[in-house]
Amino acid sequence: MGKTKMTPEEMSAKLDAVLATHKGEGQKALMSTLQQAQGIYGYLPLPVQKKVAEALDLSVAEVYGVISFYSFFSLKPKGETVFTVCLGTACYVKGAQALLEKIEESIGVSSGDVTKDGKYSISACRCVGACGLAPVILVNEDVYGRLTPEELPAIIAKYKEAD
Amino acid sequence: MSMVNLTIDGVSVSVPATYTVLEAARKAGVKIPTLCYLKGVNVAGACRVCLVEIEKARALAAACVMPVSEGMVVHTNSPKVRATRKSTLEMILSDHNRDCLSCIRNRNCELQTLADEYSIRKITFEGEKSPSVYDDKSFSIVRDGSKCIKCGRCVAACNKQSIGVLSFLNRGFSTSIGPAYDVSMADAPCIYCGQCIIACPVGALHEKEESEKVWDAIQDPTKHVVMQVAPAVRAAIGEEFGLPYGTRVTGKLFAAMRRLGVDKLYDTNFGADLTIIEEGNELLNRINNGGVLPMITSCSPGWIRFCEFYYPEFIPNLSSCKSPHQMEGALIKSYYAEKKGIDPQTIVTVSVMPCTSKKTEASREQHQNTDGLRDVDIVLTTRELARMIREAGIDFCNLPDEGPDMDLMGEYTGAGVIFGATGGVMEAALRTVADILEDKDLPTFEYKSVRGVAAGIKEAELTLNGKQIRVAVAHSTASARKLLDSIREGTAPSYTFIEIMGCDGGCVCGGGQPQVPAQDLMDIDIRAERAKALYEEDTVMPERKSHKNAEIMKLYKDYLGEPNGHLAHELLHTHYSPREIYPDSLAE
Repeated sequence: MGKTKMTPEEMSAKLDAVLATHKGEGQKALMSTLQQAQGIYGYLPLPVQKKVAEALDLSVAEVYGVISFYSFFSLKPKGETVFTVCLGTACYVKGAQALLEKIEESIGVSSGDVTKDGKYSISACRCVGACGLAPVILVNEDVYGRLTPEELPAIIAKYKEAD
Repeated sequence: MSMVNLTIDGVSVSVPATYTVLEAARKAGVKIPTLCYLKGVNVAGACRVCLVEIEKARALAAACVMPVSEGMVVHTNSPKVRATRKSTLEMILSDHNRDCLSCIRNRNCELQTLADEYSIRKITFEGEKSPSVYDDKSFSIVRDGSKCIKCGRCVAACNKQSIGVLSFLNRGFSTSIGPAYDVSMADAPCIYCGQCIIACPVGALHEKEESEKVWDAIQDPTKHVVMQVAPAVRAAIGEEFGLPYGTRVTGKLFAAMRRLGVDKLYDTNFGADLTIIEEGNELLNRINNGGVLPMITSCSPGWIRFCEFYYPEFIPNLSSCKSPHQMEGALIKSYYAEKKGIDPQTIVTVSVMPCTSKKTEASREQHQNTDGLRDVDIVLTTRELARMIREAGIDFCNLPDEGPDMDLMGEYTGAGVIFGATGGVMEAALRTVADILEDKDLPTFEYKSVRGVAAGIKEAELTLNGKQIRVAVAHSTASARKLLDSIREGTAPSYTFIEIMGCDGGCVCGGGQPQVPAQDLMDIDIRAERAKALYEEDTVMPERKSHKNAEIMKLYKDYLGEPNGHLAHELLHTHYSPREIYPDSLAE
């Protein structure tokens, strides 16, 4: 989806710039720093966690603890195209599990993982706040609601073509 | 101080306005049960065991975090309070591995005590147990997640040490406590101080037990078992046998160890006296020959790991001296073996220590000789020794008073004894260094400004033979961090010599010492109680300066040669190296 890839050096420089504005700020800056770091890297690998911990004066365990608490933070790299299936109560009741399985089957990896070529990943989340549209999936930042499994192949194909 | 009047269970009390309901109740003589609360460490209001009913309040309140207010009327024993506490306990127990009979904390578990006090006879909640790990990969600390009740006391204790190896991981029912990526304690940047074990109310964190190895060695007729015991143990092990906090039980301790059947029994204080001679001379060399200053003590393996992980630039400041029990172990397998005509390969050295980090220290490869013989083969904590004494059926409290074996390495001075309290190594070193620099037997040698637990960092300045010596003492790694940061930033005065102990209060409150129930810690300062026992022993010793230890002097004359000499270096000194925090490969 049209994101230009940064080189590792560019990502590192960008992270350093973010961290420089939060030096020693501790817990209060952790959430926003992690969000920005994930925005740069697409996920939060250990070397990034260590840099964040050092800059904010926190322990790595605490940083990891916060990442593992929130499902929107990811420890694994995401694909260039990210499928997110809402498994909140309303979507679940309306059959979101079947949507999840259908996408897993069609891209060939299970929830939480990324395809070997790094192109697609899939994850589940808890409620995107669009319960009126249940069941809901997100593809990158595009929202699709009131879906049936039958409608999925066309949507998936659209993102595959965009490659 | 502004005061507040309130009524608790019909008792009127007047307390400072800063008090919580829990503290006020304590003053009114009313006991409120606690579980996650640990004075000075964890005040979270998380476990809901201390709930009380407050008139006109909307709901029950957690007494440990509820501030008092004027005219408050509190009920701690209403039917509603009892029923709520009981069902809270049942819920905690429903997700707890209830193998109490084979648990290391059997009879000494705060959750078990509460289950007893609340007459829990049946757990009505059934179902899945939350996921848990069992981690016994390190030499020092075992984590048993199945026992963990997520009270957070260990997390708070580790944070109080300014280390933060333990954190809450994941969320909801899957919440667990561990290092980043839930790696083993062996792979985490943990210093093994064991303060998490001291804080744990249940059996979720404990030392790696090694007493079976000691029993095996004692039973084996081909092995010659030499046991030594650190000063801090005598100030605390009495607690394991029901004696009051701070009871000095040196005589009974030696009597009990002898009855376990060891072949030779020594006091680590001999090694402490020897450390003073080596470290004192190292300091004088550094002062006279422009060596790296300030020199920092190296007795505390928790502090050493802290330095290697978090302040590697201070490694050149560390004294190269091994810690006292390592020195003593090295000498048992060389000097002692030679003088007694015993093959060092058959000697098993056992150290009884107030410390969990010592188990890992003894396993360092720098602490074995060229034949691969370890200075110290087995390290037991104070708690493990107490368990062995119970297992042997020894009636500790009624033992006669005995002492170490008084040959070759049995003698010790008061200077060695005080090593177990914060400031003790510094004071012991000053007693010797002052005599050397002034070239006389100084009549005043008590350095009270480096004693005590009120301040995390203590300082003293003295002039000896025209030389100005400025010293500092830090206890707990949080205080060490503060002190080292001030040196790094250049805001500290130029110190000559620094003592750092990893644990708050020094070794008397090490991670291998008996756990004190959180309820008792509300009324006493255990650091001060235990230190008193050591300073008392110091005053009754015939010699109170390490260089007056006749057996040490004989050791140099007959065997080692000069302090800091060639053989002394080979046997008694060591080196350190920086350690990497969470290597990237851990996440792969």
